[in-house]
Amino acid sequence: MKILVCIKQVPDTTDIKWTENNTIQREGVESVINPFDVYAIEEALKLKNTIPDTEITVLTMGPFQAEEMLKKAIAVGCDKGILISDKKFAGADTYATGKTIAAAIKNKLNDFDLILCGQFAVDGDTAQTGPSIANQLEIPQVTYVKELNRCDGECIYAVREIEEGIETVRVKFPALICVLKNNYEPTRAKINGIIKAKNTKITVYNMEDIGLSPEQTGIKGSPTFVSKAFRPQTTRDNCEFCNNCDTLADKIKEFGGISNE
Amino acid sequence: MSNIMLYAEVTKENYLHTVLFELANKAVELSKKLDNASVSALLICKTGLAENFKEAFINSGFDYVYIAENNRLTHYSTELYSKIAVDIINDVKPDIILIGATTQGRDLAPRISSSLHTGLTADCIGLDINEQGKLAATRPTFGGKLMATILCKTLPQMATVRPKVFKPAAENIIKDTKFIYIKPEIDNIEKKVDFIEFVKGLNTSINELDSANIIVAGGKGLKNEAGFELLKNFAESIGACVAASRGAVDMGLAPADIQIGQTGKTVTPKLYIACGISGAIQHIVGMQDSDKIIAINIDEKAPIFQHCDCGIVGDAFDILPKLTEIFLK
Repeated sequence: MKILVCIKQVPDTTDIKWTENNTIQREGVESVINPFDVYAIEEALKLKNTIPDTEITVLTMGPFQAEEMLKKAIAVGCDKGILISDKKFAGADTYATGKTIAAAIKNKLNDFDLILCGQFAVDGDTAQTGPSIANQLEIPQVTYVKELNRCDGECIYAVREIEEGIETVRVKFPALICVLKNNYEPTRAKINGIIKAKNTKITVYNMEDIGLSPEQTGIKGSPTFVSKAFRPQTTRDNCEFCNNCDTLADKIKEFGGISNE
Repeated sequence: MSNIMLYAEVTKENYLHTVLFELANKAVELSKKLDNASVSALLICKTGLAENFKEAFINSGFDYVYIAENNRLTHYSTELYSKIAVDIINDVKPDIILIGATTQGRDLAPRISSSLHTGLTADCIGLDINEQGKLAATRPTFGGKLMATILCKTLPQMATVRPKVFKPAAENIIKDTKFIYIKPEIDNIEKKVDFIEFVKGLNTSINELDSANIIVAGGKGLKNEAGFELLKNFAESIGACVAASRGAVDMGLAPADIQIGQTGKTVTPKLYIACGISGAIQHIVGMQDSDKIIAINIDEKAPIFQHCDCGIVGDAFDILPKLTEIFLK
């Protein structure tokens, strides 16, 4: 079985600081693998452990530094790494990103049975790139997936956590699945994995390699653009401090409409 | 004439998702800035169901409702629903399409926008029409630390909108709604995703939090299960619902379905009491529209105190039992 996992390098958002000019300070901010993508890799590894002859390719679109993240994925058990990287990809929205990744898959990579993505990326938080890739590739998608099971090489059962409860669907391959974060500890790299990652060459493709023109990708190929970015303003800046629990309890009664009866 | 189209999501229990009425109220407001653009709904459902909703549409400001009914549409299916939506949109050519940022909406919307080769702004919390008559959609990004207003160069301009951000109309907006039935062309589509089963959320906390008057939320400052036990006791003493921050969920102190914030739920109770929650902006975006907010935190410099009406600096382990005692008296 051939599995592709699409991952993204994101800034560690808990680390973000503001500059004096109200812009986000990007220097010195740690990059991490998107936490949702960690579990996309985990699901791929689980399938590899149960289905013979499974090969996992891990792909990202980003700057050259993202290669390090692909190596980390190989160290925990993925087999190949693909980096699609080009300055012309900069500023891509989810439509252009989906188009770019789909073009790389169509034009440069072999067919996959299953493509796994994280449901959200914690920086953009759009949840749109996965479905956009699936649509460009004209394959079905299943989103908000907490658990995958009963894979027979032709189809797989996906357990979805949706607003109203738990839905189970069966999807035929090829398909794209967006995975939610889970609670279990992700796999740690072992020493031979780290050595393997060190010796694995990451394949890099640029815009021409994947057959796109500058109008089709990056900021030019994006239908949306940011017209304004600003710091969220607080509507409450006048906290009244209580000195003891009795006054606090009175406030709770007042605000919560709790009567004394 | 311009047209704002809203996706009318049907829930698992065959109701219209309430986000539709929040969007309708907003769309009627936006239409005034667009030369009284018409407001329409797109409803995809099983045969016969649309009849149940007609009065709700008439009372909620809709000029047109496009209805595609078929018994293959009993369960939401990305493949079938997106095909039908794209067909109808290509025919009606709305300028703006708004979809609730629910799990269904966020599954469907990117599939539609990608097929239409247009832009989609995710999970918006603000919508306006700019001076050029374009949709200006505002959303939090970078974990809520940055707000971005996004415009779209192509048509239709699409956005998913977070539920509970806009309020439904206080009074009926009665219209002479026209219902247009469209035969969905899906007979030749072989579905690749089959519905197997659905189990309604056993933990009803999701709905309880939606309608709760008072929510008591715990964060990392509660440290352990004993801390959460104190929180639950206090919540019980004032008849409140319990919620948690992402930090507490990540520590395993609370289940993910009661998580408030950017990657969790948005709530708007009368009173929100944050206990041991530092107040990361990701959390704030999920509770800032509460009528009143009270914070209990040991660190007087915690950001939560910049987002509350009233606070107390102190250890929750000390304060929560005292409060519980006062309310149980």
